[in-house]
Amino acid sequence: MIIYGTALLAVCHLLGILSGDLLGHALGVKSNVGGVGIAMLLLMTSRFYLHRSGWLSATSESGVHYWGALYIPVVVAMAMQQNVVAALRGGPVALIAAVGSVVLCGLCVSFINRMEPEIEQPTEGE
Amino acid sequence: MWEIFEKAAKDNGLVTAFAVVGLVVFVSGAISRKMTFGRVQGSAIAILIGLGLAYLGGRMSGGTKGLADLALFSGIGLMGGNMLRDFAIVATAFEVRPEEARRAGWIGAIALVLGTILPFIVGVCVARAFGYSDAVSMTTIGAGAITYIVGPVTGAAIGASSDVMALSIATGVIKAILVMITTPIAAKFLRLKTPRSAMVFGGLAGTVSGVTAGLAATDRKLVPYGALVATFHTGLGCLLGPSLLYLIVRALV
Repeated sequence: MIIYGTALLAVCHLLGILSGDLLGHALGVKSNVGGVGIAMLLLMTSRFYLHRSGWLSATSESGVHYWGALYIPVVVAMAMQQNVVAALRGGPVALIAAVGSVVLCGLCVSFINRMEPEIEQPTEGE
Repeated sequence: MWEIFEKAAKDNGLVTAFAVVGLVVFVSGAISRKMTFGRVQGSAIAILIGLGLAYLGGRMSGGTKGLADLALFSGIGLMGGNMLRDFAIVATAFEVRPEEARRAGWIGAIALVLGTILPFIVGVCVARAFGYSDAVSMTTIGAGAITYIVGPVTGAAIGASSDVMALSIATGVIKAILVMITTPIAAKFLRLKTPRSAMVFGGLAGTVSGVTAGLAATDRKLVPYGALVATFHTGLGCLLGPSLLYLIVRALV
């Protein structure tokens, strides 16, 4: 049943967000701390165990894959509701601070990734 | 006639959003193939068109949520809102290979810390250079350079004025948009090829929206790895911003 996959995804999502909120509360922060990340870890773990015990049929899996595939359209919809007008009105302080941090972080990403050992063989397993 | 059409679209907001986004993605795919011969990814073009529409929507409605503020397109707000965005991000974790994620764990954490501190320093320095010399304003603008959620959360916690908060949000939004647009262009320079590199990127670039949109436009397979790290970004920023970072700035001023 396709709904099993989607329900598994939903349960992981909710548990993750809940833990993130609780973690934020425990740390005294007014925000969710890594809820989505925790949900992702939960989904990866439950997939691993359900797969091993053979409880996850291909049809159930497609209930998750569908939402994963909808990711890009969702991002496009997200882009459509950014406050672009305010971003452009922010003036030089906002622009320079944003450009500066993006450039600096980009340099760091490039630097760290150049240190990555070249053991990445395209092992197209599975 | 128009009223009937508008009512139908309004009453079926989410369905309208699916149709509109599908159309935009289709047009972007065609532009990618016909005009750039596949050199620019269709999803990158779709995101750019989305941002353009967000500008038009914001101009027409005077609201803060781009196209979603127009009644006709209110469903966009649901489709691209936090709930479905996070739902779809979590779903992409299904394609993550745990051993890859584990191997990059520590470097992802380092990137996360750097990605919180470096933008903050840049933001604070720029704020200072433009005459904001009090610790509260400098911290708030610096926090906005981390993500556009960290900015207002920090500002509210330490009592920043509303114009500084607005500036801080604008900084974060510009940063997210810049990451969305520049990632596919700079992908080669950033060495965005492997899951590990995507996790480093997710930690340093911050903002879930910027990271995931940027990676989606670069290589869809990398999205979950970047998101896995980036999702801790806002939490870490909200944790450090009003506490440690604010105390350091106050001590220095």
